Amino acid sequence: MRVFGFFVLSLVTALFGTPLFGTAEAQTAKDTVKIGVLADMSGLYADLGGPGSVASVQMAVADFGGTVNGKKIEVVSADHQNKPDVGSAIARQWFDENGVDMITDLTTSSVALAVQEVARAKNKLIIVSGAASSDLTGKACAPTALHWTYNTVALANGTGAAVVKAGGDTWFFITADYAFGHALERDTTAVVTGNGGKVLGSVKAPLNTSDFSSYLLQAQSSKAKVIGLANAGGDTINSIKQAAEFGIVAGGQKLAGLLVFLSDIHSLGLQTAQGLQLTESFYWDQNDETRAWSKRFFDKTQREPTMNQAGVYGATIAYLNAVKATNSLDAPTVIKKMKETSINDFMTKNGKIGEDGMVIRDMYLFEVKKPSDSKGPWDYYKQISVIPGAQAYKRPNGNECPLVKG
Amino acid sequence: MFNWIHLTIPPAPAMFAQLLVGLINGSFYAMLSLGLAVIFGMLNIINFTHGAQYMLGAFCAWFLLNALGIGYWPALIVAPIVVGIFGMAMERVFLRWIYKLDHVYGLLLTFGLALIIEGLFRQQYGSSGQPYTIPTELQGAHNLGFMFLPNYRAWVIVASLAVCCGTWFAIERTRLGAYLRAATENPVLVQAFGINVPRMITLTYGAGVGLAALAGVMAAPIYQVSPLMGTNIINIVFAVVVIGGMGSIVGAVVSGFTLGLIEGMTKVFYPEASSTVIFVIMALVLLVKPAGFFGRAR
Repeated sequence: MRVFGFFVLSLVTALFGTPLFGTAEAQTAKDTVKIGVLADMSGLYADLGGPGSVASVQMAVADFGGTVNGKKIEVVSADHQNKPDVGSAIARQWFDENGVDMITDLTTSSVALAVQEVARAKNKLIIVSGAASSDLTGKACAPTALHWTYNTVALANGTGAAVVKAGGDTWFFITADYAFGHALERDTTAVVTGNGGKVLGSVKAPLNTSDFSSYLLQAQSSKAKVIGLANAGGDTINSIKQAAEFGIVAGGQKLAGLLVFLSDIHSLGLQTAQGLQLTESFYWDQNDETRAWSKRFFDKTQREPTMNQAGVYGATIAYLNAVKATNSLDAPTVIKKMKETSINDFMTKNGKIGEDGMVIRDMYLFEVKKPSDSKGPWDYYKQISVIPGAQAYKRPNGNECPLVKG
Repeated sequence: MFNWIHLTIPPAPAMFAQLLVGLINGSFYAMLSLGLAVIFGMLNIINFTHGAQYMLGAFCAWFLLNALGIGYWPALIVAPIVVGIFGMAMERVFLRWIYKLDHVYGLLLTFGLALIIEGLFRQQYGSSGQPYTIPTELQGAHNLGFMFLPNYRAWVIVASLAVCCGTWFAIERTRLGAYLRAATENPVLVQAFGINVPRMITLTYGAGVGLAALAGVMAAPIYQVSPLMGTNIINIVFAVVVIGGMGSIVGAVVSGFTLGLIEGMTKVFYPEASSTVIFVIMALVLLVKPAGFFGRAR
């Protein structure tokens, strides 16, 4: 009898529940514009994006006025835990059932690539800010995806070129063993060999390794002048910290942190990180405009922004501007408008979106200050040079993206 | 075809260096699995909070240094005591009620507590971690010829061996240890002799937690003091304890050091597998000898 009762109940729910939710969702999807922030909220990349990116997007929505074309703008967020299957499941649900119109942040290249495939299949818009792989606008490029803040080519042309030209002509890579690490190692190798250098070897460490001593020993015995760290977040922090222990820099080898964020330096401390050269597209203390925006971010989150968190703000504003101008939420229409509009905000001057979806913007080579030169927490960088966008994003071996003509 | 395995065997000096590095990692695994083995062997609790307590030990050391100016050496004593007291409070409030139940409840409860503790710390401190410098007496390295051995890492091996031997001695060779082992076998009879069994259980849990915290203090200068440090290591430690035999102290220590060495070798020949090799071994051991190498079938 109970079993029969359950059966009836489930049948009734299935028959009447789904359409009820369906129509309600369909109605809300038309009345609101939803932006989804899909990031690593709790793992090794949480500090360079994570809840800070959510705060950034909320700031952008508030600054835009909270509504566009008469519709309310809603921000949702989720933790992809650095797992491509979790990320693509959330993206699918967001696009299919929850009426999300645009997904951003997308730190972690393997997740970004997976979500980009979902976006391609459903013809929906994503703006990648946190992930780095140049394949996102290379062989995996999609017509409704944009890559906003930086990529592995820009990092290679920035830090890689600078280190080679300063005399570091033999390299050994310690690489995070997934899409991002492989892409960064590949693009930096191209720059190194293009500038007359040689790569003596590499070792692939699993993502989220806490002990790099074995890999650092292998790098040490290779006798390469430069040890390239093709990893990020917690992995980079651990590599640099442990390299100091094993006397790597004292022994004459140079460490090249190929992807380093402000949050990593904050965690390492200037004593360990001083002298490190890195390439970023934003620093909070560059000029009055960046300082003003960053102060608002600091008041909201108690941390200075990373380039990823600044990037999602600009991406959201640009997206909402395009939605307003075209009075449409259709991804191809909005993308076409965005690709026609140059980007000018506190972070980007005369940025242009290429056919492949990459934002061509100036990059900056920074050096980490000595403890004696720093005036307080977060005062970590001194700017060495500007790398113009066209030079930073030039791919040494051409672009395989089918969207790029020729 | 096999170019994914580095079939070129590195020269002997490099191999020794990698073995030494593996031994250092093994020291942490041994210390942590020791605490777990003590708690499971004596109390029958699968303590999933062990990773979080390891993290608490490291954070305690960081806090002592940054807020109170107390350095590394005093922290080696103070942090395990502080975290041990917290562990005893946890035992009194939460674990006391589930001793008579199935092991699974202990696992779920301690896992939930671990999630809460780590979530709170992550909320407060972010996930990148805090810097903690190596104490000045242990900075620098010795040139052993085939590698530079950082002094601090040498200290880790020595200290962890001392702690493991000391704990084994305390449990197997002292009267207090005898009471403890008896209380596990037959608490009613032991209590009839006038020994306060519940208090002994609480103190034992506190001691196991203290061991985890001690490992945390020792890890603070070389790994990041981060809320994620517990989650990163706890799975490996559980695999170590399962391989050694749940409840066997000798098993936990021996398998800790051995698996550290095996992981070290994997990093030389096929580094991409280094995060999974221990679990592969665990699966094989469970197939062949489910109680573990040194365990007794319960």
